[in-house]
Amino acid sequence: MQGVIEANHIVTRFGENVVHEDINLHVNRGEIYGLLGPSGCGKTTLMKEMVLLQRYQGGSMKVLGYDLNSITHKKAQELRQQWGVLFQFGALYSSLNIYDNIAVSLREYTTISEALIAEIVSYKLDIVGLEQRVKEQYPSQISGGMKKKAGLARALVMDPKLLFLDEPTSGLDPISAREFDALILRLRERFDLSIVMVTHDLDSIEATLDRAAILDEKRVVAEGNLEMIKATDNLFIKTFFKGR
Amino acid sequence: MFSFNGKTLSLHAKVQGDTVAIMISGTMNVKSIAFIEPLLKQLLTHPLPSQTFEWHLQEVTHFDSAAALLLYTFDKKAQSLGATCKFYAQTNHQNIIDAVYHRHYESGGVMERRLNAVATIGKTAVTKYHGFKDFLAFVGELFAALLIYILNPKSIRFKEIYAAIEESSINALGIIALTTFLIGVVLAYQSAIQLKTYGANIFIVDMLGISVLRELAPLIAAIVIAGRSGSAFAAQIGVMKITEELDAMKTMGFDPYLFLVLPRIIALMIMMPLIIFFADVMAMLGGMVVASIELGISAELFLDRFNEAVAMKHFFIGISKGPFFGFLIAAIGIFRGLMVENDTRSIGVNTTKSVVEAIFMVIICDAIFSIIYTNIGI
Repeated sequence: MQGVIEANHIVTRFGENVVHEDINLHVNRGEIYGLLGPSGCGKTTLMKEMVLLQRYQGGSMKVLGYDLNSITHKKAQELRQQWGVLFQFGALYSSLNIYDNIAVSLREYTTISEALIAEIVSYKLDIVGLEQRVKEQYPSQISGGMKKKAGLARALVMDPKLLFLDEPTSGLDPISAREFDALILRLRERFDLSIVMVTHDLDSIEATLDRAAILDEKRVVAEGNLEMIKATDNLFIKTFFKGR
Repeated sequence: MFSFNGKTLSLHAKVQGDTVAIMISGTMNVKSIAFIEPLLKQLLTHPLPSQTFEWHLQEVTHFDSAAALLLYTFDKKAQSLGATCKFYAQTNHQNIIDAVYHRHYESGGVMERRLNAVATIGKTAVTKYHGFKDFLAFVGELFAALLIYILNPKSIRFKEIYAAIEESSINALGIIALTTFLIGVVLAYQSAIQLKTYGANIFIVDMLGISVLRELAPLIAAIVIAGRSGSAFAAQIGVMKITEELDAMKTMGFDPYLFLVLPRIIALMIMMPLIIFFADVMAMLGGMVVASIELGISAELFLDRFNEAVAMKHFFIGISKGPFFGFLIAAIGIFRGLMVENDTRSIGVNTTKSVVEAIFMVIICDAIFSIIYTNIGI
């Protein structure tokens, strides 16, 4: 079966500094996949390479069947409408209110009526658990947790097949973080999503991930479900999952 | 009744007995439904073609929540007209429809995005009023901090003042030199043509000397500094506010007015007169070059005449404006920086405002000086 993301022998260098030496991983359709590892191991860099924000220096990567090595501008634009990305702090456009932040892709890429756009925006706010009144507010007027939810609503607006989450629960209080985990699981259920996320949150890892890759020493030291990962002999894994 | 055949989806609607059957096949997603949205509106016009709408969606291959919402809004509208809808879809598509029906909110209308004229005027007036109050508060804090400096000279941050002098003034000398030299050249060149026709060549010295020393050099220097250093103050302090550096300073007991605001203001107040002196020299140099090339007035002759015709008072009048211009530029730049709110757009807005307001205030201040000096007869 073809995976939603296939990375083969990815090499990344920043000048002299080698970040990834030989990264291989495979994300299956419909799963929640975690990118884990110590800080500075290049998790976020790898995710940025998946969403075409950064180039890798070697190897090949396929996302939703598109080969990133030879992708044309037109194909890339097509691909960009099939995924949603949630940045760590939401990355909402500060000059637009929440309504417009969510509606911006709909206005740009579709010709549906404003009435239906309003309908879609309201629905997406509802499923991420935000109240309707935040629509008129600006990003600077809402809390960090709300920004993340609004960012998620924006990522979901085109009903993507693939969702990227960069540290979705960092900076949230434990209760909101667990709610966010439940939300992610619910969304996967409802929209038939594949989700790739970078995270450090152990509770979140246990609750949501189907499979994960551990990046350490410039390589993937373990890939698979959590039992398989915990059984791997690696210092980072031993310390990270200590007592779990 | 009608049918639609698109690239990715097709729709057929027909009356069957007392129901309208709507058959859809293909991809129903956020992009493709735009084609059928207007068609569906036609179905709900008066009089209704039927009391029941049957949606046959078994042939749909892709279905997303936007399509479900389209059906939902159709159903609600039909209900309000007394009709009902029935959906026949694949189970996974039916789940998406059910999810849309299961909601915790009322559908709101399209957002109202324009205020009417009266509301706009009112809102602007209130914003301006608050802005003015903020400025008064800023000036108050500024003088309170100045009092601390005066009462306790040990608290003066000499290091920060030196840094601000270097960054906002010394580093600006290159661009000041170039601009004022060119102003001198342009001014001399334009007047040389006029003076030549009257044979009044030597008066170029009087003309240039007085206009440059009194008005032009201070004004040009102030405009360049406002554009270069005033805006830098606004952006710098604005970013520090967004990244909470200002709050961090306060919690560690470093008053931003003592550490950031006053050093910059003092630096520009000290340096503006020197910058103006430098601008005087460069503009006169530009004039001298043109005078010698265009009018044949040698540098020696030029300087002789300069000594004779241009009184010292003109030079001092120009220089005396320096501290005032410096204060205005630095204070407005910093005030605008402090007004930055927690979003990136406000950095742009406030940086622009800092330059516009500083230049405007410098010109007003210059006009006031003109009136005062004319009235006391110098």
